[in-house]
Amino acid sequence: MRRSLIGRTWPNVIAVVLALFFLFPVYWMVSTAFKPDRDIISRTPVFLPLDGTLDHFDRAVHADQFWTMVGNSFTVTVCAVLASLAIATLASFAIARMKFRGRKAFVLIVMAAQMAPWEVMTISIYMITRDSGMLNSLVPLTIFYMMMVLPFTIWTLRGFIAAVPKELEESAMVDGCTRTQAFVRVVFPLLAPGLMSTSLFGFITAWNEYPLVLILNKQTGEGTAQTLPLWLTSFQSTFGNDWGATMAASTLFAVPVLIVFLFLQRKAVGGMTAGAVKG
Amino acid sequence: MAVHSERVQTRSPKEAKTAGAATEPAAATADGTPKNARPAGGASLLSRSTPYLLILPATLATAALLGWPLVKTGLISFQNLNRRQLIQHLTEWNGFDNYTAQLSSSEFWHTAGRSVAFTLLNVFLIMAGGTLVGLLLNRLGKGMRLFLSFGLIMAWAMPIVASTTVYTWLFDQQYGVVNWFLDKLGWHGMADYNWFGSQLSTFFVIVLLIVWGSIPFVAFNMYAGLTTIPAELYEAARMDGAGAFKIFTAVVFPSLRPFFLATTFLEVIWVFKCFTQVYAMNFGGPQRLTETLPVYAFVEGFGNQHYGTGAAIAVLTIVMLGALMAYYFRIILKQEDEL
Repeated sequence: MRRSLIGRTWPNVIAVVLALFFLFPVYWMVSTAFKPDRDIISRTPVFLPLDGTLDHFDRAVHADQFWTMVGNSFTVTVCAVLASLAIATLASFAIARMKFRGRKAFVLIVMAAQMAPWEVMTISIYMITRDSGMLNSLVPLTIFYMMMVLPFTIWTLRGFIAAVPKELEESAMVDGCTRTQAFVRVVFPLLAPGLMSTSLFGFITAWNEYPLVLILNKQTGEGTAQTLPLWLTSFQSTFGNDWGATMAASTLFAVPVLIVFLFLQRKAVGGMTAGAVKG
Repeated sequence: MAVHSERVQTRSPKEAKTAGAATEPAAATADGTPKNARPAGGASLLSRSTPYLLILPATLATAALLGWPLVKTGLISFQNLNRRQLIQHLTEWNGFDNYTAQLSSSEFWHTAGRSVAFTLLNVFLIMAGGTLVGLLLNRLGKGMRLFLSFGLIMAWAMPIVASTTVYTWLFDQQYGVVNWFLDKLGWHGMADYNWFGSQLSTFFVIVLLIVWGSIPFVAFNMYAGLTTIPAELYEAARMDGAGAFKIFTAVVFPSLRPFFLATTFLEVIWVFKCFTQVYAMNFGGPQRLTETLPVYAFVEGFGNQHYGTGAAIAVLTIVMLGALMAYYFRIILKQEDEL
């Protein structure tokens, strides 16, 4: 297909402009975090911080209770994702491979739960948590985060299980495996990319959660049960116009997710079963 | 295909029984399916209850952790629950008072109208932008596509709380890079513009943030959908003399119609209930003028400590979302039948 020079150029020009539009806020966050204060508080922005400094990161890391909150965020997120993976693997196998009465109703509930209005359920969750004396604790957070990512996890894993050819499982069963063995030995290893990408999205959801922790864990200071999103938003209000430190805090908060995302994005999109069954 | 093989499987134990009765052991071994090897009665009872055992944990969790809070929201919305009642653990039922108060207040209707307009604007921009970016991805060369994908993934993966913070910095009154840029472009009035001082400008920043963060999802889905359209379709359309716009309306859109419907409704639901971006940007300000329904429920409930009122607003929001979701499910269920 022949196109004129302009016809070939404009998509690339637009692509560059768009890529810059999407990248710029991320770049600006990271670069501000490394800039010395005089470059941040400056009427002409400095686009390339050549005289970088780590001062802001130092200030961010030494903020009150930072490491406690890092620990809290990781504990809550990892436990929630693992628990939901375990529960979801069972359920998604049932709806992907079995026919039973009520299957459709269950699928519908899962799909509806995926869009659950958690944002407006904070009041009742607060009451429930308070009445069970669990405010300022990591337990309710973990449990509710698990539930927030569960429907999505079931739904995604269902797709991945359905994508593993049935013939693989059947041939394992012909070779003498029980259905459980066939699942554990044949289907489960093939699910690895699916499990990874699913847990990645679960991780991001739980890592990001803000409204619930905002009202459940208000207690600050020693042994706080707050997580990093609260640290970040309060950072802004406590440090005011210290944009360098705020951006350093944002960077610290965002970088794990960005790296995990970039790394797993590739692995998740792979046809591991391609060629396993010759047609 | 799938339906056929499942039917065959469920029927096989019965066949095994009849085969056994006819005393033809050779046929059963030659058939070789493991179902036949197992004792028929016990296995079928077990395998009949297996799916229910598998979905049991998920069902229990959903009922306790999602169902109960939903019911509880409903219960609280019929209560007079303010600061005093909260501290003293009092339960004062007040019937539909919270609802009648909300439904007859202009503040509620203003907020609801604002939420609808906010959602429509966002979804329109997200869908239009996402579609165009997806089409562009499909047309680019490999290197350029990777570069743009990298940008999209970064925006997509950026944690919402972090990106909200970054946007407040980008739009900072004194040292924000946006004001500097507008000033350089010749719009000198913007040099010290306070974006968070008025309703419309605050909304502008929030909408930009949401659209920026949501386009990648739509664009990648669009691109994935586009790669499934066979090249012959484009060629045929081009041979018939169709231009780019005509190809989109006659080839791309009909092929990806389910995608468009499903994604649009998903985005409507997501934007309608979105909280963090709106709240963390400016806490619903200035003067509570950028509160959407979820933020309104939150501020009424926790900010003003009218928990019953907040719950009533939450229920009204959930009802609206429910209506949207019912419509979405009708679309999805049509597709599900094809699976």
